[in-house]
Amino acid sequence: MALEKVLGIETEYGVVGGPDRDPVTASSLVVSAYARRGERVDWDFEAESPDLDARGLARRGSLAPVVETQLANAVLRNGARLYVDHAHPEYSSPECRTPLEATLFDLAGEEILRRAQRVANEGLDGAGAITVYKNNSDGKGNSYGTHENYLVARDVPFADLVRTMVPHFVSRQVILGAGKVGAETEAGQRLDPAFQISQRAEFFEEVVGLETTLRRPIVNTRDEPHGDAERFRRLHVIIGDANRSATATFVKLGATSLLLALLEDEGPAAFPAPPSAPVHAVRLIAADPTLRAVVELEDGRRVTGWDLQDALYASAARYVSRGGGAAVADEGEVAAVMGEWREMLDGVRDDPDGVADRVDWVAKRRLVEGYRERYGLAATDARLRAIDLQYHDLRPERSLADRVGLRPLVDRAAVERAVAEPPESTRAYFRGRCVAQFPAEVVAANWDSVVFDLGEGPLRRVPMSDPRRGTASLTRDLFERCPTAVDLLRALDG
Amino acid sequence: MSEQERIQRNRSTRPGAAPAEVSVDTTKGERLKADLDELLDEIDDVLEENAEEFVRNYVQKGGE
Repeated sequence: MALEKVLGIETEYGVVGGPDRDPVTASSLVVSAYARRGERVDWDFEAESPDLDARGLARRGSLAPVVETQLANAVLRNGARLYVDHAHPEYSSPECRTPLEATLFDLAGEEILRRAQRVANEGLDGAGAITVYKNNSDGKGNSYGTHENYLVARDVPFADLVRTMVPHFVSRQVILGAGKVGAETEAGQRLDPAFQISQRAEFFEEVVGLETTLRRPIVNTRDEPHGDAERFRRLHVIIGDANRSATATFVKLGATSLLLALLEDEGPAAFPAPPSAPVHAVRLIAADPTLRAVVELEDGRRVTGWDLQDALYASAARYVSRGGGAAVADEGEVAAVMGEWREMLDGVRDDPDGVADRVDWVAKRRLVEGYRERYGLAATDARLRAIDLQYHDLRPERSLADRVGLRPLVDRAAVERAVAEPPESTRAYFRGRCVAQFPAEVVAANWDSVVFDLGEGPLRRVPMSDPRRGTASLTRDLFERCPTAVDLLRALDG
Repeated sequence: MSEQERIQRNRSTRPGAAPAEVSVDTTKGERLKADLDELLDEIDDVLEENAEEFVRNYVQKGGE
């Protein structure tokens, strides 16, 4: 049986402004503005090991990502982490159990950044105002990430993960890309696109690798399960665009989860062969909004990105019809993923305007092309690039994504709840409840433990090595029975 | 109402599903064009005033 898919998204937001125009200062102000609201519990780095490689290689020292401990860093009541990563405010959603739940907590992240930005700006005069963008590049060759995480059974050979996920990661951009005016890397500029379907595609330079900031790989090998390493792997997916369309986020998480569950249950045979040159294929597909670019697969077939995604949809549909999918969500939610996936695929090929309410790159391209035609602008006009950037602006008075008629997937009240309360379905519930109920005693927390200081004796670490435990159904009674942290720890000891 | 029910409801009430639109493609095309025109008018109102400066000043450090 496939492992239940615990999942989540981490997003580095673009940030401009601030008193000294330094993005590190601006990011710190945004994060601490939110933390000041009584949210703050420090992040605990004890269990962090971002330089372990899933292929079993030894540590590679200086190539490993750097963890910055001195910058603003907080654990939130909804179980998320909000911190400064390099020069960006980053929101890492709490662990969720279904694609819809993870989408909801990604939207909660947008709302948290929106509020943090507002609070930070109350303390600044207008000239230094900070603006936050949910995008992935500055148009000048600098990219920052939106990473997904999926719980995968440790016994799946890593080579199988690579072989089966490469076709998906190369092709899913045809429905999930966030769109971009022009190109900004040498490799991208050689293809000379006026518009690309993906923000991130041109930044990928390797098929498999450990790094995330240099020579970015299509499949990232960071092996840091944040749980029992004997049983679990956390697949860290770095090749995705930040979506403003909630439906796109939902399909991204749903389709990828279903394909991973299919791999766990039935092995790699059900998947199409990967492209012979995956890095070139990613860029080529991105640079062609007509979706006609053809790439060669390892089995010699020549197909478009759309064809590849269609074949993956068909594999997932057969799996679901055989009763697969239970590891991802209930039947209704799986059917919703499959329905949207199909409609978006058909739409981008046959009737793009019909899916402009769901596919970010289609919605953005309509604006860019419409504006260019109305005023007879050159493809390189700064106003078109401004439209591109402003699509991702989170401020309601400026955001263009908020104006193009994207369908809301969940209502505002659900998002408001997800800002303040953790998901009930994973250990994030335990983390979030501890932060909310015992803010004085919880001195630190991370993905797989919570640390208490009871005032006397040593610090007490409560481990959470299985992300599927610590749920509301397992621990809600405990929180209701235990008015103090001392009671809680005593009950856990008992 | 569960999240799931919300999805289903959104799907069934989507404007594209209205039967009246099936036979009148030109009307649909005109409506899309009118929607887009309205949207482009709105962009003129909300787009950053000095686009060139705005785009030039939007510089990020790489991340991840």
